[in-house]
Amino acid sequence: MTQVTMTVNGKAVSGDVEGRTLLSEFLREGLRLTGTHVGCDTSQCGACVVHVNGTAIKSCTALAADLEGAEVVTIEGMANPDGSLSTIQQAFQDHHGLQCGFCTPGMVMSAAALLKENPKPTEHEIREYLEGNICRCTGYHNIVKAIMAASGQDVSAIAAE
Amino acid sequence: MYNFEFAKPSTIAEAVEALGQEEAQALGGGQTLLPTMKQRLAAPATLVSLNGISEMIGVCVNDAGEVCIGGATPHATVAREAAAHYPALAALAGRIGDPAVRNRGTIGGSLANNDPSACYPAAVLGSGATIRTNTRDIAADDYFQGMFDTALHDGEIITEVRFPVPDKANYQKFVQPASRFALVGVFVAKYAGGVRVAVTGASSNGVFRWSEAEAALSSDFSKAAVDGLSTPSGDMISDLHGSGDYRAHLVKVMTGRAVAAAG
Repeated sequence: MTQVTMTVNGKAVSGDVEGRTLLSEFLREGLRLTGTHVGCDTSQCGACVVHVNGTAIKSCTALAADLEGAEVVTIEGMANPDGSLSTIQQAFQDHHGLQCGFCTPGMVMSAAALLKENPKPTEHEIREYLEGNICRCTGYHNIVKAIMAASGQDVSAIAAE
Repeated sequence: MYNFEFAKPSTIAEAVEALGQEEAQALGGGQTLLPTMKQRLAAPATLVSLNGISEMIGVCVNDAGEVCIGGATPHATVAREAAAHYPALAALAGRIGDPAVRNRGTIGGSLANNDPSACYPAAVLGSGATIRTNTRDIAADDYFQGMFDTALHDGEIITEVRFPVPDKANYQKFVQPASRFALVGVFVAKYAGGVRVAVTGASSNGVFRWSEAEAALSSDFSKAAVDGLSTPSGDMISDLHGSGDYRAHLVKVMTGRAVAAAG
């Protein structure tokens, strides 16, 4: 066992992990932050996306021990300090950007990473950026619409299909 | 996955020492190795992370004008920081996998693994790059030795990759949409000394140079020169995603597109 220390959603945390403990396991089982979902566990689906040192990664394909000292943000860290939904989260609610909701944590984290890099993405850029996030309900249309809206762009032209 | 001892050295010398242990394995970004270990297709006794070695991370240009990329540099960093120096290489890095994979996967990890459908081997072979390890420099033409096989010795670490910058270059990738690996990818680079054409995704022997296309393009760098060639022969991969004949056809199509896009 190795002691690992990180900052998760602004709080210093530490715990004992095995070499093989994945970041997703450390978050979910060690810290009980179960908002990070594990869909495929093979780095295909993106439900487990979190931010590490400011960039989006798949937490099922990173070792906790390799992230000693990292700054991690999960879906639990996305709401505003007063507990209200962040702009992106609110946009997902307003535009019905989730159906079953399983992929949503990863979608929101990827969307946040995209808007940080590219504050006004085109619809094409959003779809391309979400290549590694799979929605098994196939609810992509409203996810894309929500992200467009969260970036302050007019979505009235994006008709429901 | 089976458990292992984990080590995270901060210098190349410490990493080399740690890799000298029995059944030790280097860990780059882990985007291939960790899924492989989950499937128990690999079970190292010790995993040595190369992600804490700061001298192996980053992009720079050396006195010879080569773009030098540290072995532990993630694809996203190459896409961003090499763009001003070698746009075709940066564009290739920016289309590997998906954004989250690009933030974690590294150039050294990709090259050490030498997946027959990976993108980086095409850029390295197509550029005639030099792979620098902790002990020696290896020319790209000597490095790739077949599917998942390279000139690296056990415990040898890719510390840097040096790319001579061509006059023109382009990479065209026909994406296998489920895996986002290249079904076929072609890297074309025009240097003063001639044109290099490297193909990934197509051959059972991994990345290869298409010498007929190189000869034709060296005398006439145009899509028409490619159109006049017959499709490459060789041991093409044949699977449910595409037959060998289909891949051979795609090699020619993607080469033509790369030449046209390189301008």
